[in-house]
Amino acid sequence: MNPNLRALLLAFVVLATSIPSVAKSIRPEPETSTDVLLNHAFEEIAGQRFTAALGDIEALLRIRPNFRLAHLIKGDLLLAKVRPLATLGDAPNAPADRIVDLREEAVARLRAHRQRPAEGQIPRYLLQLLPEQKYAIVVDTGRSRLYLFQNEGGTPRFVEDYYISSGKRGAVKLREGDEKTPIGVYHVTSSLPRKKLSDFYGNGAFPINYPNEWDRRQGRNGSGIWLHGTPSNTYSRPPRASNGCVVLSNPDLDALTKFLQIGLTPVIISEAVEWLSTEDWNAERKTFLNAIEKWRGDWESRDTDRYLDHYARNFASKDENLAAWSRHKRQVNSSKSWIKVGVSNVSLFRSPGKEDMMVVTFDQDYRSNNLSNVMKKRQYWLNEGGRWRIVYEGAA
Amino acid sequence: MRPALRLAALILGLSLSALTHAQTDDIQNINRLVKQGQHAQALDRVNQYLATRPRDAQGRFLKGLILAEQNKVADAIDVFSKLTQDYPELPEPYNNLAVLYAGQGQYEKARQSLEMSIRTHPSYATAYENLGDVYTKLASQSYDKALQLDSSNTAAKTKLSLVRELISGVTRPPRLSARGEPVKPGEAARPTAIAAAPASNSTESKPAVETKAAAETKPAAAKAPEAQSEKAGTPEDAIKTVHAWAAAWAKKDVDAYLAFYAPDFKTPKGEPRGAWEKGRRQRILAPKHIEVSVDAVKVKTIDGSSATVSFRQRYRSDTIKADSGKTLVMVRVSGKWLIQQERVGN
Repeated sequence: MNPNLRALLLAFVVLATSIPSVAKSIRPEPETSTDVLLNHAFEEIAGQRFTAALGDIEALLRIRPNFRLAHLIKGDLLLAKVRPLATLGDAPNAPADRIVDLREEAVARLRAHRQRPAEGQIPRYLLQLLPEQKYAIVVDTGRSRLYLFQNEGGTPRFVEDYYISSGKRGAVKLREGDEKTPIGVYHVTSSLPRKKLSDFYGNGAFPINYPNEWDRRQGRNGSGIWLHGTPSNTYSRPPRASNGCVVLSNPDLDALTKFLQIGLTPVIISEAVEWLSTEDWNAERKTFLNAIEKWRGDWESRDTDRYLDHYARNFASKDENLAAWSRHKRQVNSSKSWIKVGVSNVSLFRSPGKEDMMVVTFDQDYRSNNLSNVMKKRQYWLNEGGRWRIVYEGAA
Repeated sequence: MRPALRLAALILGLSLSALTHAQTDDIQNINRLVKQGQHAQALDRVNQYLATRPRDAQGRFLKGLILAEQNKVADAIDVFSKLTQDYPELPEPYNNLAVLYAGQGQYEKARQSLEMSIRTHPSYATAYENLGDVYTKLASQSYDKALQLDSSNTAAKTKLSLVRELISGVTRPPRLSARGEPVKPGEAARPTAIAAAPASNSTESKPAVETKAAAETKPAAAKAPEAQSEKAGTPEDAIKTVHAWAAAWAKKDVDAYLAFYAPDFKTPKGEPRGAWEKGRRQRILAPKHIEVSVDAVKVKTIDGSSATVSFRQRYRSDTIKADSGKTLVMVRVSGKWLIQQERVGN
């Protein structure tokens, strides 16, 4: 074996073997996907088949000519023919931060390829989709991955996943300019085509509704959080690169674009996605649908105390705190001889993050002896010591 | 590292015996003009020379060199490129084509040409050196793309130094290809047959490489082949040859090592000579270091033109240790003992 390749091999093997493969995973990636080809090259290197590895990398560069990580590995494989390499990305005079970025991208991509979510696992967040929500997106900023799910009769089925970049300073956005990606339950609000954007955003952009109702309640600010593409001078950006946006490669963005429904497609962003078995997912879903049903029944009962027991101490609507809300509801309910509340088209998401929170959106059909009203409503429920209570309620 | 690519100045692979004295004179005269920097005149003369023998490889090669010196890069590329098509077995045109491509910044093409050069002639040291430079350049281009470094300045420098190299490359003494023996186009490599034949401008060329390699290995091997007469081989010569063979092997001097094998060497598995040589080259070059020592060398039979020699062989590399008995059947070729058969055991 060419001694020049020993150190390189070591660097790659350490990288490669530190990421064990998971046996059975959901749906394999397409053979031509970037990560499959990249992983193949790494396997060739680990198997000391360097010529084959170079061939793999060159094949990858033919379809992804601006893929910087592949160029880095190609440089290593070529230079190793001439002199010993100390490390992965052993370019002379290389800016250390860029090498670190590319190494992190390599790790993120290899890990995503080797540790695919297990078959039958569902992200904890997608508890119930509306029938018209054909797809849902779950982003894992920790793993630099975006997962696309299809709504199959209410059950999310994994479709595809993509490498993403997120905020330079990580996740949990609080303030404008903090260069962090928000964590929470959002949806796509509009579509900005390429021709309306600078090259920086690549093939298009899809803004999401950060800050949502809960973010505002928490005093979080900032704006302009988008899913968007990549500038034309690179295939992808490092895992931590954006000012808070979720960035995809242009081919991936193009693929994703076909599935996005403006105003509908949920985008749940987590720092570390929690996956549930179908049974656990079903149990969570039922528990929570029961809580909503209880709230609905208690409202219909006109027992205002029972109804108000569903609201948290720190509840607030757009313009009322719990005291004002309670006063208002007691007054309204006293004039009713009957109330009928219909709840339909329920979408239900668990919000990622520190708080144990659900976001529920539904069509509310309110009828009573003196008033009827149909509206789309959104509630945020917080788990307080084992009891789910509403912390926010308002029109959606 | 700045690539300094070397032009092969001569086609060593051409059998000089195929040229008449007049032709040899012509070629040498043109060579002289090139060295004196009289490129225009040299070009006229080489065109005259080629008028009557348009396929002549030596003349076309010289023409390519002259064009390269005149910085007529496209024309030079054309000449060398056609030479590689007409004489795909010659490594030098591939090498020079690569140098010209590299000068244009077409490093990928340069790499392909050099890899071809080495494929046709695995021991071609110039191509190896050039390929190292091209790999380095390609690696640096890849790194630049990976890291978004602006290397436009260094790229310009590289190009300039290449131009200088092109000029100096043909004025320096000709380099011998590592094996150093002329081979007729299309003819299988014959390691030793014409080993002592000088290259075309014999006044400047060194003795064939294997002679030199053998001379460098050990005092025991100092008796260079050309110093030996055609007289019948002695047992002492056979034993010295075995030591020199082991020394070349231990030095990982593959060319010198392979030169110890007779033209009719019986390859161990009956494979073609080329495949066997390639395999040996890989096996010898792969370890970081090799130790080979032989002792108890005994000449079992000898009749002046063939000999059977047995000895203990002790082999150490960074990966393998092996001790074994070995027997070499040697034959006398051009005044040298060469290995015709090699087998493990006594």
